[in-house]
Amino acid sequence: MAELLFWPALLLYGEAAVGYFGEARRPGIAGRAATWGVRLGWLAQTALLAVQAARRDGFPWGTWAGSLNLFVWLVVSAYLIWGCRNAYRLLGLAVMPLAAVLLVVARAGGGTGVGGSSHYSNLFLVLHVGLVLVAFAGFTLAAALSGLYLWQERRLKQHAATTLFRRVPALATLDALALRTVAWSLPALTLGIVVGAVRLVHDRDSLDALVVATIVTWLVWAAYLALRWAGGWAGRRAAYLALAGFVLVIVVRLALPASHFA
Amino acid sequence: MRLVLVGTSHHHAPVELRERVALEHDAARELAARLAAGGREAVCLSTCNRTELYLAADDGDAAERDAVAALASLEPEVEAALYRLRDQAAALHLFRVAAGLDSLVPGEGEILGQVRVAHELGTTGAVLDRVFRQALHAGRKVRAQTAIGESPASVSSAAAALAAQVFGELGGRRVLLLGAGEVGDQAARSLSQRGAEIELVANSKTGRDEIEAALGSVDVVVAATSAPELVLDSATVERALGVRRGRQLLLIDLAVPRDLDPSIHQLDGCYLYDIDDLEAIVADTLSGRRREAERAEAIVAAEAAKFHEWHASLDVVPAIASLRARAEEIREAELRKADALLGRLDESQRRAVESITAQIVNKLLHLPTVRMKQAAAAADGVLYAEAVRHLFGLGEDEGR
Repeated sequence: MAELLFWPALLLYGEAAVGYFGEARRPGIAGRAATWGVRLGWLAQTALLAVQAARRDGFPWGTWAGSLNLFVWLVVSAYLIWGCRNAYRLLGLAVMPLAAVLLVVARAGGGTGVGGSSHYSNLFLVLHVGLVLVAFAGFTLAAALSGLYLWQERRLKQHAATTLFRRVPALATLDALALRTVAWSLPALTLGIVVGAVRLVHDRDSLDALVVATIVTWLVWAAYLALRWAGGWAGRRAAYLALAGFVLVIVVRLALPASHFA
Repeated sequence: MRLVLVGTSHHHAPVELRERVALEHDAARELAARLAAGGREAVCLSTCNRTELYLAADDGDAAERDAVAALASLEPEVEAALYRLRDQAAALHLFRVAAGLDSLVPGEGEILGQVRVAHELGTTGAVLDRVFRQALHAGRKVRAQTAIGESPASVSSAAAALAAQVFGELGGRRVLLLGAGEVGDQAARSLSQRGAEIELVANSKTGRDEIEAALGSVDVVVAATSAPELVLDSATVERALGVRRGRQLLLIDLAVPRDLDPSIHQLDGCYLYDIDDLEAIVADTLSGRRREAERAEAIVAAEAAKFHEWHASLDVVPAIASLRARAEEIREAELRKADALLGRLDESQRRAVESITAQIVNKLLHLPTVRMKQAAAAADGVLYAEAVRHLFGLGEDEGR
């Protein structure tokens, strides 16, 4: 059953990714088809997660690959909030290829199947994994908004005559939305880290590379907020910092050993 | 009922002629009411670019003659510049007008409101009400699904559109206007129409300190002075950036020679556009609008086809209604005949018999109804309607 749901989700996300490239070249049908791909793919992945939840007694996404699957779903969910509006369609250009690739990686790691177990309690996993992933999904969206900001800003700086023919949100709107998204995501990451730290102290475990990288990620995003609120940062500089923070999110999600999830 | 259009527009008549047949709202309402006498429907659409009369009447030729006479009474010379369209062609024309595809500047948005007002002022019935509502829907759809109306067609509207691209909604955004001439005034008016507020209009008597202070708080600077040298240099703007806390600043330089130092554009968060940049945008606008117009034409054609289907079905609706009435009459008569037998049935059994007979009638008539509507859309509707009347003897009872 899970297998049957994975493929439609992947194919629809892939279709959406291709559709958004088409939308960037010529706005219209490709963009609308891509938006429907996101919606239907999201429904398929939601059903996949529901099947995973139904087949397991405990929290089904406590593994490295399982959490990646949940992360993809959260990113696409966050994108759906804005992505269905015409002006925000091009965000999909950044979000959907990433979602499709990460879903493939999650499957390769066994995160889209059923079974497996964790010795951690459900409450801990829901709080720790859930909060961290919600925060990371928010940061991913903030990075996509910042990427779109830089693209649009570059067009304005180049005096591109076709600037006004692209349906892209205003620079100030993108800037404000990225800030607001980070402002909601950082508290979630903070809580997720605190919950993990409590468990770490309780179990008298030591810090691993993933924990350190996550704390560094927190520091970067905290610096983002501090610089924006107190340092007067905005626009291009803030967008580059958001992209740097996103690189750390990807490192934490993909590049570090899965031992943390054992 | 035939749909008839008689009118003239900027494609067919020069402004000297158009202005003589242009009608104010009251006159348009009166003319529509006059033409609608005798069970007709009429709408008068009069703008600076066109005067068009839309009529729905059983006798299309007579309606057309009356419409031509009405316009010729305003100005006899206009008769040679009139176009006359019927049914689907007339509806398609109205849909293109509402979508801005027939406008001087393709995609201009004002026409949609003018079509709406004309509809409100007209004397409408089923046909004109339907065609105007659908035209307004097509116009809105074109604007929602294409970018045809989003690009500016003048330098001042290009400045306002750029500001919207940087700031989104311009409500509450503040503008510094350097120079009090007509060019700057037009740009300021375009910005004001979108909700921006003019914070300061600076002229040669305004102090440098006042301008520098304004630079710290405004969002848009419009420069259009006749000064022979730069009015604002990069260093001055850079000083202001310190208090702006990263907020974007759009600078529009409409002056020749230029008022603003071109190197301002290199500053972080500053976007400087001069008159050449804006004119390039306007020039590109026309080609961009033409590209979008292709997509808009497809939308309009689809909407016009829907109207045609509905309009054509009007020819067969009376025949369908008669056929169904006749079938229902037979069903009820047969049930009455079998009353003696049915009288032995209890209430639920009687209801079941009623339901079954009604279903048989509906199922028998479903396909002929659908086929007649399809035939109507393909222009065979009247023939089919006549055939049905003949085969089922519809309307013969009255003759007996």
